[in-house]
Amino acid sequence: MNKHYLYALLAVIVLFFVAYVGAEVFGLRIIFGVLIPYLAVIVFIAGFIYKVMGWARSAVPFRIPTTCGQQKSLPWIQPNKIDCPNSTGAVVIRMILEVCCFRSLFRNTKMSLEEGDKLTYRWEIWLWVFALAFHYSFLVVILRHFRLFTEPVPFFIQLLEKVDGFFRIEVLYDTIQTGLPGVFLSGLVLLAAVTFLLLRRILLPQMRYISLAADYFPLFLIFGIAFTGILMRYFTKIDVTAAKSLAMGLVTFHPTAPKGIGGIFYAHLFFVSILLAYFPFSKLMHFAGVFLSPTRNLTTNTREKRHENPWNYPVPVHTYDEYEDEFREKMVEAGLPVDKPFEKPPETLSDEKADSSA
Amino acid sequence: MSDLPKPEEMLKTDRRPSATGWMDTPVEIKKGIACYAGNPKSLEYVGLPNPRTWSCFDEDWQLPENWQEIIHEGLKERLERFRSFKIFMDICVRCGACADKCHFFIGTGDPKNMPVIRAELIRSVYRNDFTKAGKILGSLGGGRKMTMDVLKEWWSYFFQCTECRRCSVFCPYGIDTAEITIMGRELLNLIGLNIDWIATPVANCYRTGNHLGIQPHAFKDMIDFFVDDIEEVTGLKLEPQFNKKGADILFITPSGDVFADPGTYTTMGYLMLFHFLKEKYGLDVTWSTYASEGGNFGFFTSHEMMKRLNSKMYAEAKRLGVKWILGGECGHMWRVIHQYMDTMNGPADFLEEPVNPITGTKFENARSTKMVHIAEFTADLIKHGKLDLDPSRNDHLRVTFHDSCNPARGMGLLDEPRYVINKVCNNFYEMPANTIREQTFCCGSGAGLNAGENMELRMAGGMPRANAVKYVHEKYGVNMLACICAIDRAALPAMTEYWIPEVDVTGVHEMVGNALILPGEQKRETDLRLEPLPGVEAETEDEAKEEEADE
Repeated sequence: MNKHYLYALLAVIVLFFVAYVGAEVFGLRIIFGVLIPYLAVIVFIAGFIYKVMGWARSAVPFRIPTTCGQQKSLPWIQPNKIDCPNSTGAVVIRMILEVCCFRSLFRNTKMSLEEGDKLTYRWEIWLWVFALAFHYSFLVVILRHFRLFTEPVPFFIQLLEKVDGFFRIEVLYDTIQTGLPGVFLSGLVLLAAVTFLLLRRILLPQMRYISLAADYFPLFLIFGIAFTGILMRYFTKIDVTAAKSLAMGLVTFHPTAPKGIGGIFYAHLFFVSILLAYFPFSKLMHFAGVFLSPTRNLTTNTREKRHENPWNYPVPVHTYDEYEDEFREKMVEAGLPVDKPFEKPPETLSDEKADSSA
Repeated sequence: MSDLPKPEEMLKTDRRPSATGWMDTPVEIKKGIACYAGNPKSLEYVGLPNPRTWSCFDEDWQLPENWQEIIHEGLKERLERFRSFKIFMDICVRCGACADKCHFFIGTGDPKNMPVIRAELIRSVYRNDFTKAGKILGSLGGGRKMTMDVLKEWWSYFFQCTECRRCSVFCPYGIDTAEITIMGRELLNLIGLNIDWIATPVANCYRTGNHLGIQPHAFKDMIDFFVDDIEEVTGLKLEPQFNKKGADILFITPSGDVFADPGTYTTMGYLMLFHFLKEKYGLDVTWSTYASEGGNFGFFTSHEMMKRLNSKMYAEAKRLGVKWILGGECGHMWRVIHQYMDTMNGPADFLEEPVNPITGTKFENARSTKMVHIAEFTADLIKHGKLDLDPSRNDHLRVTFHDSCNPARGMGLLDEPRYVINKVCNNFYEMPANTIREQTFCCGSGAGLNAGENMELRMAGGMPRANAVKYVHEKYGVNMLACICAIDRAALPAMTEYWIPEVDVTGVHEMVGNALILPGEQKRETDLRLEPLPGVEAETEDEAKEEEADE
């Protein structure tokens, strides 16, 4: 048993009950419906800015991009413009592909030993597929939720819902079929992807070895968010109008915490609040950090254009004069040119000394 | 090498991680893996902290009393100076994509050699020292205090990384373990923890200009030996120039190639190329004894030491009044030149924008740094038909090319050497796609780990490279591994001898030297290694037979 994922799971379960019991039993709807969400958003925004500013404050002393393709050198050699970007425009393309398509992860391979002695590397696509599915379905889910924060609901949100909901499951059992709302693909994909990413960490020994509690916690939390969301939409059926009035209240700064939306909703909202507040202090900041990564976001024309180092301080060096002073006699004897003429010291004794020390 | 496990055993290394977590598994510093400590005299010569005689196998490492404070302050300073370091401390999600990309993990199976864990060794201390969550949550939050055990772990694993950057190609955020290791080694150096295979070359470079400590007269002597060998092969007496003021070009290459086979043959190739260009086109190239080292072992010590050693290149170019600098085949030397030199020691406004006077080609990609890679230079000459070449003189070679890590992933120099190879030899075969170009595997001995006492580590680290060489050896009969790195030429022969003895190692310019037809040369009967050219032998036999028949 691994304490890392057990603690993370336990933490998420505790958080669920805190919100569920707090809202349902103690009726602390203002706390869970208004105060905590506001607090979470403030922490998220302030923490996010603080972290990014912290990174921005650190210098970029050298241009150290990882070159993943042919450089631009001689005119007749075809450079790889994207993987070895020579210009700012090319860097932008590299970054878009990195941020939107996870290009580097797409390269992933898996090493194995075949026939006893052949190391082989196979293209390993699944991590990329599920990472992409996870991030994009999460994005769609978030955007869809803007229905709750906007009045009237903007056109593109409605369109997104249509596209996301075009996938309908025909359920043949009468009891379930009645009143079943359109199925949103994104929610299900999110749940499936987060499950894959979790199981991967828990089941593969190598992944379990490198995983910290901080890796399991957000996955369990997001699982919890997706799970409670799906539960509400398809099974427990919450009062959407009430939920919307709460959400609208939050964004218009006239907060209300209406009755009729149960504990599951507050657990869902609490999970989201925790995720927001946790975000700036965690690895989730890779969302912002990827844009600033110096091995990806700098041009590779380092010999063509000089890069300035803001703290480039002078260092002690061994000058040519010092070098020649030490070796002048030997250089002259070997016929090497010297800057200052060599004068034989008057005493031969010092000569021997110099030789033995060398 | 008697303690070295057999290749078959090494291949079957268990790569499953231990059941206990990495933080709970104490470090074990092993013979065959660890390198010897830096010689105090070398540390003293360049003013590195805490010079003393010590050994990593000792219980007491004789550290300054406040070493934890020094590390903490050093960490803080580097987080401010390097955005790369700060971001790489914060954003890793431990997705595991880097794990099996590292040659040391593949070779040793030691889970702490997974790049992600190597970085976590510092990250754990960073979280404890610099983040609130890490401090409050302790090991649960992935943080831990800096203790002697942690320090020993740092020392062990930052000297089990060759800064090859292969993992950074696959990392979705571009996290570069080389950057982590560079910082780790800088921090270790603050309290006097270095290895001798780095510290002594650093001191030597500083004093004599090259990492072997060759003094100027001896450097010239060594080149003169090659001149004699070339005379034996070609019948021509070359006259290389040293420290010549007013030459067109200053040539700087790693001194390892002046010292040990098979790098020496590459040096002979350079000498012949420069002779050819002087005779035919009047190009004036000079060597320098002061800047007689292209490699930069300071890069494996600290940014500051890198700058101190690198300063000689521009200083010498300025003193001699050359137009621009030409650099020989080397790996990390070229990462330093390409990504650091201009920033550290530039601007080189006393030099001209490099133009090849023979072809008229402007090396626009080197416009600011004013240093051109010899593979770019030679490729340009060949493309313009300026070299007289007889590639059949390399017909006894079936060649594959090992991309050196730094030119590949720190520069993007991939097709230039391939073009040259294809023009100077007739049998060239690529290794499998996942082991070349930007995905190339390290020789396993880079970044100062090319010592003798860590042979087990080096052979394990060389396994993925060797395995790919073996593949082309079996499939195409490849018998020569070409490379453009002096460390490769020093390290790969030991690796091939262990893993695949049928394959030898060469520099690209050795093959250029073999193929290059010098004006007025005698008919060549041997290659630069003074081994008879197979075709020529048969020819002379045929001639003898014909003569017999005539009689």
